[in-house]
Amino acid sequence: MSQGAHSQTPPAVELRDMDKSFYGVFANQDVNFSLAVGEVHALLGENGAGKSTLCSVIAGLYRPDSGEMFIDGAPTVFKSPKDALAAGVGMVYQHFRLVSNLTVAENLALGNPEVSMRLSQKELEEEAREIGEKYDFPVDPSARIWQLSVGQQQRVEILKLLYRDARILILDEPTAVLTPLEGEALFRTMRVLADEGRSLIFISHKLHEVKQVSDRVTVLREGRVVGLVETADAEPRDLARMMVGKDLELPTRDPNESIGDPTLVVEDLVVQGDRGLTAVNSLSITVNAGEVVGIAGVSGNGQRELAQGIVGLMKVTGGSVNLEGTDVTSMSVLQRIKRGIAYVPQSRLGMGLAPGLTTEDNLALKQYRGPPYSHGPLLSAGAFESRGAELIEEFDIRGVRPGLPIRLLSGGNLQKALIAREVVQDHCLLIARSPTRGLDVGATSTVRDQILAERDRGIAVLLISEDLDELLALSDRLMVIYEGEIVGEMPASEATAERLGLLMSGSSEEQPA
Amino acid sequence: MNDSVLMLTIVAAIGLGTPIVFATVGEILAERSGILNLGVQGMMLVGAVMGFWATFQTGSLWLGVLAAIIAGAALSVIHAFNSVTLRVSQIVSGLALTIFGTGVAIFIGRVGAIPLIGEPSRAVFKPILPDALADLPIVGPLIFGHDALVYLSWIVVAVASFYLFHTRPGLTVRAVGEDPASAEAAGINVSTVRYTHVMIGGALAGLGGAYFSLALVPSWQDNPMGAAGWIAIALVILASWRPWRALWVAYLFGAAGRVGFTLQTLGISIPASLLAMLPFVLAILAMLVLTSGKRARFLGAPAALGIPYFREER
Repeated sequence: MSQGAHSQTPPAVELRDMDKSFYGVFANQDVNFSLAVGEVHALLGENGAGKSTLCSVIAGLYRPDSGEMFIDGAPTVFKSPKDALAAGVGMVYQHFRLVSNLTVAENLALGNPEVSMRLSQKELEEEAREIGEKYDFPVDPSARIWQLSVGQQQRVEILKLLYRDARILILDEPTAVLTPLEGEALFRTMRVLADEGRSLIFISHKLHEVKQVSDRVTVLREGRVVGLVETADAEPRDLARMMVGKDLELPTRDPNESIGDPTLVVEDLVVQGDRGLTAVNSLSITVNAGEVVGIAGVSGNGQRELAQGIVGLMKVTGGSVNLEGTDVTSMSVLQRIKRGIAYVPQSRLGMGLAPGLTTEDNLALKQYRGPPYSHGPLLSAGAFESRGAELIEEFDIRGVRPGLPIRLLSGGNLQKALIAREVVQDHCLLIARSPTRGLDVGATSTVRDQILAERDRGIAVLLISEDLDELLALSDRLMVIYEGEIVGEMPASEATAERLGLLMSGSSEEQPA
Repeated sequence: MNDSVLMLTIVAAIGLGTPIVFATVGEILAERSGILNLGVQGMMLVGAVMGFWATFQTGSLWLGVLAAIIAGAALSVIHAFNSVTLRVSQIVSGLALTIFGTGVAIFIGRVGAIPLIGEPSRAVFKPILPDALADLPIVGPLIFGHDALVYLSWIVVAVASFYLFHTRPGLTVRAVGEDPASAEAAGINVSTVRYTHVMIGGALAGLGGAYFSLALVPSWQDNPMGAAGWIAIALVILASWRPWRALWVAYLFGAAGRVGFTLQTLGISIPASLLAMLPFVLAILAMLVLTSGKRARFLGAPAALGIPYFREER
């Protein structure tokens, strides 16, 4: 791996004693950070450690409360991302900053002062194609963003920065949305860019990626820098300890011996997606009592439609859903809940919880129709409070303040509340979509324990996720969904990240890897 | 042939549609930047009264037009400040602007040594091309027989369309209306774009208002324009945020306003009050058909329309 020449040239970026707080809470405190020219520098830390804030400051999106920044040795203040881009600093955000209704070429031209006032779609597309070929990023420049896969969208983001000749590139958790194969390709590109003399900041909380691609690592914890090491010298175990602040073991899964009768039987399910295309195509799965079935797949391959079709939120146009021997295909959502479907959707605040209601109210949302929460048409306020307090205690939901909306809780506590609400009702099936997405190591471990506990008490669990680590850690049986169909199935003992990754990218298993 | 009922109806439709063209294109520009301005009716009325006033004072039609443009833009700044800087509900702010503008117009029309109300305009927009051209069959009345503001409205439509879809600043506006966070990450100042386009929208609404008081109904009344501002807001949706379509739908609604008269000349008698409802019934029906179910997705409403943008929201 090439090493940046940090002795002669000044660092590409240097931050001294930088502070940034939101509403009185420090997101970054006394941060010192230095990015050498031509290096890939990893920022490692748990969620909420301040990695994204640090990068947003460098990219000009946030202004630091105090501290100094130097770009190529010169003191610099960015008032906006525009200033940063003009100085050659660009960021690929975790949530892409692409306008989905515009074309690839239009997105490249957006805000670029070097593009002529009169737009020629043809010239733009020609330029976009050229630069794409130069970096081996084949993307159709006339395609609209929403037509592209997530991996392709990320390429457009990187192209956007290269098109404006950014010398300092910040990638905020770029691999979170990629298949392992796409991730490998990204890492190769990152090395090419670094060898060209560009400097890259790579945000991640995955140790093996950091090990694989970076030259140096800065570790953040609770907004502060807790370590700076050469990657070659760093032991994963030490990095993990720095990141978390203590030794932490993820739960290990004991294979479940007592798998029961089929709880959920889905046969030839067909669900149309929002755009009228077939999102789930004649799909069949069976989940038995006391078993975790994991469904792996790249986002957008029919996972949402599958989950919502089973739960009853989306209309099923073919096939059947059976729950404990009863055909629930034409039942309403409420009837299905009563028959025992618990559902943890992917978007906690969007679909799972009512962001503006209190934690206690949210915990009651699926059971307020009867005692103890209500008697006839009247609600019993006392029951909301007392039952809520019990659940908050039992599920260790932290940060709850009386009367305040639940959206103020952290991601981990939101998820604990959501799972608590779903599992306290009578149920036989739990459907969970990416339940540990965006959670830090501590919260991830709690949520995983909860799911395994569900399995151990005989609940059938359908785990739909894009996170292979999560799937491998929890599932008894694994399936891969691709373009709305199950393209592979295997017991956990035979599953590896490589094998799943290949299937997720649409390659058939027969092909040599 | 130029005096046929059909021809007269079309020519009248162009006249009645012209103020709506200005206002609709203005609102399209504002909404393309992501700001919904329900104050169109208020901005048009203030434009109408200020245009009338300036012409009344100076005798100059073009000073009237200038005053109307400035008045409309000035009023729209209130909405831009409310929705871009203060980030309040755009619906509430827009409605307030209409109520405020309506009141201001009535007030200005009734104060002063010689109140404007009831006075005829000192000058009126008239066809500008020689009669020889205007008397040509068919193309004469359709193309050559109009006053200067009709031609200006065509220019405004063409320029707005070219601007939105074929220039870099136009791309910027569309991006800001679709996804302000992405636009800002690309180095665009979202507030500036939104302020500018709300004000252009206000200026065009003011201009549309002046067309009533200086061309269509050249004397001052408390409200010379009915609910044209509300029609314009509905037409933005019917035009699916595209200026050329705005021209056609505005003329269609101009024609709807003329149908009563046409039917009378044909000897068909329907109560006038029923026919006066026609544009509104048409608007409601068109909205129902266009915005129901899956069709709404293909309309092309800017994705961030009406949503306040907070940069550091976490």
